[in-house]
Amino acid sequence: MDWLTYLPSLAQGALVTAWITLASIAIGAALAFAAGIARVEGGRAVSTLALCYTEVFRGTSLLVQLFWLYYALPLVGLSFDPVTTGIVGLSLHVGAYGSEIVRGALNAVPVAQREAARALNFGRVHTLMRICLPQAIVEMMPAFGNLAIETLKLSSLVSLISIADLTFRAQSIRNITLDSATVYTLTLVGYFLMSLVLMLAMRLIERMVRRGAAFPRAAHA
Amino acid sequence: MNKVLAQQPDAASAAAAPVIEFRGVTKRFGALTVLDDFNFSVAPGEKVTLIGPSGSGKSTVLRILMTLEPFQEGQLTLAGIPYHEPNGKGPFRASDRHLHQIRSHVGMVFQSFNLFPHMSVLRNVTEAPVAVLGLSRAEAECRAIDLLRMVGLADKKDQYPAQLSGGQQQRVAIARALAMRPRVLLFDEPTSALDPQLVGEVLGVIRNLASEHDLTMLLVTHEMRFAREVSDRVCFFDKGRIVEEGEPERIFTAPAEPRTREFLQSVLG
Repeated sequence: MDWLTYLPSLAQGALVTAWITLASIAIGAALAFAAGIARVEGGRAVSTLALCYTEVFRGTSLLVQLFWLYYALPLVGLSFDPVTTGIVGLSLHVGAYGSEIVRGALNAVPVAQREAARALNFGRVHTLMRICLPQAIVEMMPAFGNLAIETLKLSSLVSLISIADLTFRAQSIRNITLDSATVYTLTLVGYFLMSLVLMLAMRLIERMVRRGAAFPRAAHA
Repeated sequence: MNKVLAQQPDAASAAAAPVIEFRGVTKRFGALTVLDDFNFSVAPGEKVTLIGPSGSGKSTVLRILMTLEPFQEGQLTLAGIPYHEPNGKGPFRASDRHLHQIRSHVGMVFQSFNLFPHMSVLRNVTEAPVAVLGLSRAEAECRAIDLLRMVGLADKKDQYPAQLSGGQQQRVAIARALAMRPRVLLFDEPTSALDPQLVGEVLGVIRNLASEHDLTMLLVTHEMRFAREVSDRVCFFDKGRIVEEGEPERIFTAPAEPRTREFLQSVLG
């Protein structure tokens, strides 16, 4: 039973993967809201800045971004440990994709809602926070669920900047044992189990958001 | 019921100055001129109905008053406040603070109700008084319940908009607008989106409002019999101008302009 001997090492790698994924999702979500809201509500300068961020990070390879952060940035005097670098790179990438989700959902709130808010003399911040976002966030959740799982899978790229995540551990074990089939099967199962947990967590959050927004279709279900 | 609507124009100013005054207002959407050198004024407490074919600019008058649309030329004042500031910037030629001040005197009821779907009926009616007027939640709820009682929906306060019929939603929307105690209330085709059997309950609420309060009301409607009943004055719109205006009896029984006659014939059948 060779595969049992692989498990401790793979589990350690899975913990690193989980940490990097969760941190990137949290920071990425914050970036996504900041950039998405800036696109919709910001003045020309702010929304252009947000647009540039989104397009640059969506339009270039995550792997190259990670290499750039890890190998090129130290040349100008900025260097972080690999895990921080991985989290920063992944967060920026996820935030860029997420900002499009936020922008799309905010734009999908009917204009009539903004007009009603204006007629009641709500300020811009109140209109955004209490009228538009609560309605938009419900629409964002399925797409955010996808993005969270995507983040988990993309996190395997950090193995290439020397982070000992699940993929990295799998590679190491395979290099020693040459037992490719077992190692990679276990690794796939590991990713799948983690994504299952993530999916369930996102479902739970979606349900909470729906209830928080108190849409009757949820309240009645 | 009068204590429900406290902000009312005093009798002294009523005779003196119009509460709404359009002077030579021109509104364009690109190449399309929606209002053309438009002149129109409304006295405090007056109930005025705007009728006319669709696309004639009736709703635009309300939307401009609510600061939902800017206009390009001319002057507009509400309760003596000009919409444009001398050095105002942007399409509205006014600061946010100035527009906020103007809007504090106006309320609007929309064709499609536009209630906030994620808030209970009570929350829909209390949100603005709390957030904008700074009322305590208890005060706002007290006011809201009085108003909901007035529109006959106090028992629905914990429901959500999607659980109400269109007519009920529109009555909540009326209560929501009244909770801000506007001097002027605008109704933009308030029954056009309703099933025929629900029109009556909404018109009933508006009719009571018109007969029991000094609120200035401006209504765009296709309900001719209702217009005839509630209004002090009816204005017939065509192509961005008022073609004919006067007391409802005269407009409906003896219109002077051929275009008015034609329109009334087409809608009254």
